[in-house]
Amino acid sequence: MSANPASRWGLRVLGLGYVGLLLLLPLVLIFYKTFEDGIAPPLDAITSPDGLHALKLTLLMVAIAVPLNTVFGVGCALLLVRHRWWGNSIVDAVINLPFAISPVVIGLSLFLLYGATGWFEPALAEAGIKVLFSVPGMVLASIFVSLPFVVRETVPVLQEIGTEQEQAASTLGANAWQTFWRVTLPAIRWGVAYGVVLTTARVLGEFGAVSVVSGSISGQTQTLPLFVEKQYQNFNLPGAFGASVLLAVLALATLLAMNLLKRKEDA
Amino acid sequence: MEAGTFTPTRASRAGLRLPGLGAGLGRGMVVLYLSLIVLLPLAALADQSLAQGLGTFWDQVTSPQAVRSLKLTIGASFVVVLINGVFGTILAWLLVRDRFPGKAAINAVIDLPFALPTIVASLILLELWGARSPVGLDIAATQAAVVVALCFVTLPFVVRAVQPLLMEMDREMEEAAASLGAGGFTIFRRIIFPNLLPGLGAGVALAFARALGEFGSVLLFAGGLPDTMVSSVYIRTQIESGNDTGAAAVSVVLLGASVLCLVLVTLIQRWAVRHDRAPDKFIPTVAADPGGGTGS
Repeated sequence: MSANPASRWGLRVLGLGYVGLLLLLPLVLIFYKTFEDGIAPPLDAITSPDGLHALKLTLLMVAIAVPLNTVFGVGCALLLVRHRWWGNSIVDAVINLPFAISPVVIGLSLFLLYGATGWFEPALAEAGIKVLFSVPGMVLASIFVSLPFVVRETVPVLQEIGTEQEQAASTLGANAWQTFWRVTLPAIRWGVAYGVVLTTARVLGEFGAVSVVSGSISGQTQTLPLFVEKQYQNFNLPGAFGASVLLAVLALATLLAMNLLKRKEDA
Repeated sequence: MEAGTFTPTRASRAGLRLPGLGAGLGRGMVVLYLSLIVLLPLAALADQSLAQGLGTFWDQVTSPQAVRSLKLTIGASFVVVLINGVFGTILAWLLVRDRFPGKAAINAVIDLPFALPTIVASLILLELWGARSPVGLDIAATQAAVVVALCFVTLPFVVRAVQPLLMEMDREMEEAAASLGAGGFTIFRRIIFPNLLPGLGAGVALAFARALGEFGSVLLFAGGLPDTMVSSVYIRTQIESGNDTGAAAVSVVLLGASVLCLVLVTLIQRWAVRHDRAPDKFIPTVAADPGGGTGS
């Protein structure tokens, strides 16, 4: 469109003004607010026992949920793309569900399934396993919310690379594992990596679903996002901002990784 | 297949078989994983919502507070997709057709809401537009705050759905229209906009689904006053006060509405593919979309 200078500038002002007010200004402000009184207050909050515990627990969620969803995601994408089956469209639809469901609803579903009146209560009580208000429930919530990313990012890449190279490898005598490791995985690696980055970001930041199943007990079942809320409620703003900045830095690292991976994928 | 034999097996014709296990076993594991992680909890939710019969379900959904929260959630979501539909399209246009310094950075920042945890978003929005606002504009705990928070989390959906369509759009049509004397606005209305419609529709539907369920970003900023309580916040208050059936009933309604949005996205895509409006690269199910919603 050969927009005249006036309307071009108008669109620039509108669009960039919107991004500036909605996204950039808040991002700048959070760093400013956190370090307003120096680096000590936010640092103290994060390195407090509760803060460190929250950080460790958040990393534990990532360490469990991300590998599980990555293995599942790649396997599931292979099945969806390379093997015709009447159930594929159903599997595809179910995989999209976590995107559509409110995190609170996800939390509530797990809460009801594993709670006092849930279907598994008798068996779990007998085995002495506590799912709710403890780590297993939080892990289940993290896996649920971040389930679709790797599948969604891997499927289009698999479709794009086609099967010629795999057929060649197979013809030359490679078995299925060799073909997968030496031919398929190298070809889809940036797509998978992109999915892994999105999965990690989602698990790091998950709030709604985890908050319902965890009970947010300080020093026990509190991840960093829950720590932010608790600190805010306790009027400890430096604490809330300190943890927020840590999460914001991780978010910026995610953005950077996303951009680098997208460039690799397009190349 | 034995090494050295050159008979193409069924496997090689079909491409790679899932390594280590047959497709059947793989399917079984996928179905098991999805059932354990996703379907079983949702079944428990549906079960609980109807635990005391259809009458109670209906009573819970139509209780004044529940209705109020649903109305606010749906109303705010409409306003938000309208705002982001306009600004998202402008931004996509700027990022594809315009040149200005810092364009790459702006392009990267668009995904910020996907990467930033929603509770952090809520905290900074509160700091920026709340009681301690540096510009003296306090909208915290109002319905405007709900709209701003939802605008924040849903902006990338629209931009990222429209962008690829603009990139692949044939400029010749626009040039032809211009040479026939059409002005900028006419070209946009008659040529560009109809071509963007499938992407815009899909992006808006995804944004709407996300807005319906959003929780974290609204929580601190808009709070839980009767006037500003969206459905997800209402559900949490019901869980906290022990009304599991009420929470489950409203959840089922919310879930139904978002699933409807996803179905709409799928239909829009099929329509776009059939009418060849979509370029090859356009696979914007939640699929090609970078995120579909990170953090919450």
